[in-house]
Amino acid sequence: MADITNTGANFVPTEARPAPLAVRPGPLTWLKENLFNTWYNALITLIVIWALANWIPALFDWFVTSALWEAAPADACREVAGACWAFVYEKWRFILFGTYPFEQQWRPGAAVILFIGLVVVSCFKPMWNKSLLVIWPVGLVVCWILLSGGILGLDYVPNNLWGGLPITLMLAVIGCLLAFPVSIALALGRRSNMPIIKAFCVGYIELIRGVPLITVLFMASVMFPLFMPEGLTIDKLLRAQVAIIMFAAAYLAEVVRGGLQAIPKGQYEAADSMGLSYWQSMVFIILPQALKITIPPQVNTFIGMFKDTSLVLIVGIFDLMFTMRVAINDLEWRAYYIEGMVFVAILYFLFCYSMSKYSQWLEGELHRGHKRL
Amino acid sequence: MASTAPASTATSAMGTQDIIAMSGVNKWYGDFHVLKDINLNVKSGERIVVCGPSGSGKSTLIRCINRLEEHQEGDINVDGIELTDNIKNIDAVRAEVGMVFQHFNLFPHLSVLDNCTLAPIWVKKKPKSEAEAIGMKYLERVRIGDQAQKYPGQLSGGQQQRVAIARALCMTPKIMLFDEPTSALDPEMVKEVLDTMVDLAKEGMTMLCVTHEMGFAKAVADRVIFMDQGEIVEQNEPNAFFDNPQNERTQNFLNQIL
Repeated sequence: MADITNTGANFVPTEARPAPLAVRPGPLTWLKENLFNTWYNALITLIVIWALANWIPALFDWFVTSALWEAAPADACREVAGACWAFVYEKWRFILFGTYPFEQQWRPGAAVILFIGLVVVSCFKPMWNKSLLVIWPVGLVVCWILLSGGILGLDYVPNNLWGGLPITLMLAVIGCLLAFPVSIALALGRRSNMPIIKAFCVGYIELIRGVPLITVLFMASVMFPLFMPEGLTIDKLLRAQVAIIMFAAAYLAEVVRGGLQAIPKGQYEAADSMGLSYWQSMVFIILPQALKITIPPQVNTFIGMFKDTSLVLIVGIFDLMFTMRVAINDLEWRAYYIEGMVFVAILYFLFCYSMSKYSQWLEGELHRGHKRL
Repeated sequence: MASTAPASTATSAMGTQDIIAMSGVNKWYGDFHVLKDINLNVKSGERIVVCGPSGSGKSTLIRCINRLEEHQEGDINVDGIELTDNIKNIDAVRAEVGMVFQHFNLFPHLSVLDNCTLAPIWVKKKPKSEAEAIGMKYLERVRIGDQAQKYPGQLSGGQQQRVAIARALCMTPKIMLFDEPTSALDPEMVKEVLDTMVDLAKEGMTMLCVTHEMGFAKAVADRVIFMDQGEIVEQNEPNAFFDNPQNERTQNFLNQIL
């Protein structure tokens, strides 16, 4: 509290220096600074350039120049040195829609477009309100009617004939969507003071995380019916869906718990001191912050789950990966499995990359205007 | 330095009733005896400054009053409500006791106004428009009404602390607790926060304030309490406390900080 007001009375500021010229380095300078700044960096750069110079033309040649680009019989492919995209022309409908009756395949196609539309629409901020609670159930019911039929003059198609992209998308998106609230409940439960709830959540998370997804799927589809009363069966697809939800929830729960732990104690205390109840402080104060900071690992889990849905083939559900494998089992086309793999890989990549890009946008959007202190 | 300027000393608006009564309060953190047999009565409208070296239990003392900390022995009675494990009592006390923290603890994801209206809307069940009117009223009062739509991260430390004060006032508490409200502030921002607190004191708010701003204590406190090692060592009205401390520990402490 000492008197400091008069010290520094003789302080004279120095002249400000002129602002540095904004010089953008030329390409040669840039190269020298970034790629050739030491002898070993120069060496690595040269090796990489040499390797790329070898591979890129070869890849390009295989993918594009020497490839067969139009629909053609399998024999024609034997003439070309590059990729045989005729295989994709021939099989794309089977890969996308599996054993769904061929002349009805506009139905899964429409369902996929509607489904992707639902997801895309829900991604934008102006839509984040109660309207989503109407759009989603309606959209899902329409998708279901399209796929399943049996009313409105659509032929009934049992779901053991469904396959390919609709299955992959549905298992992944609905899985992540429903796993999310379950994971929040599990994460809160694991931090609860109530011993039974806490023990249940810890047990659940550790048990499910401790076994492979294949085991959970297998349990759901083979073991579970054994415990059901005689005559009561639950749809196989539904059982796989539930298994995926349970599995994803266990992983997500730990992600959410990490976020809860990152919130400073002061936030809980401030909420307490104003008399907010436990649920009020969770819903309004803690979870919005915790979920925001855990977006990167959440998306990590979602992308992982999207790809893991390919494991449902072991319980006899035909997802995108499986239909592709069936497609290359065709003796005539057997040699062109790489083309099939590339096609499916591109599809997976498009979905996963979109998720990643969206999450980056979302983080920026939620950060706008307020940084965490 | 800042706070010595304003305020005539203690224009006492004190009531005769005890609004806080603590008797025989003991608290331990594990083996560490943090509060030792605390007896403290606070009258309605009384302004109390609690000071003492770090680790002396002064923050713990005021945090026991709204049950952010649990005491293990003794009775704490706030405005006629006994603080026990009963969650209803705790909520009732918290609705009447406002608190301002050292690190502000504003909610970074909510705008300044939403910070203020959250508790009135959800705890006091006020309609949104009314809560916003209350929020604006108190934000104006701490002279920060023009920043209502900003987020806490966009404000200076002093502004954030004034928002925190407004946020607590929006619940129209009978008692305000301040836990070192200026300790995390840059020196040039201390004054604006202390001025706000002085204004509040003039209006007759019951205040308990943990602070080392002795100027503030002299200007507004009815009573200064000195704590050391979990005990209330000495308490007196400010002039007597600062000019004529009785206990050796108080003298040592005052020598160090003044």
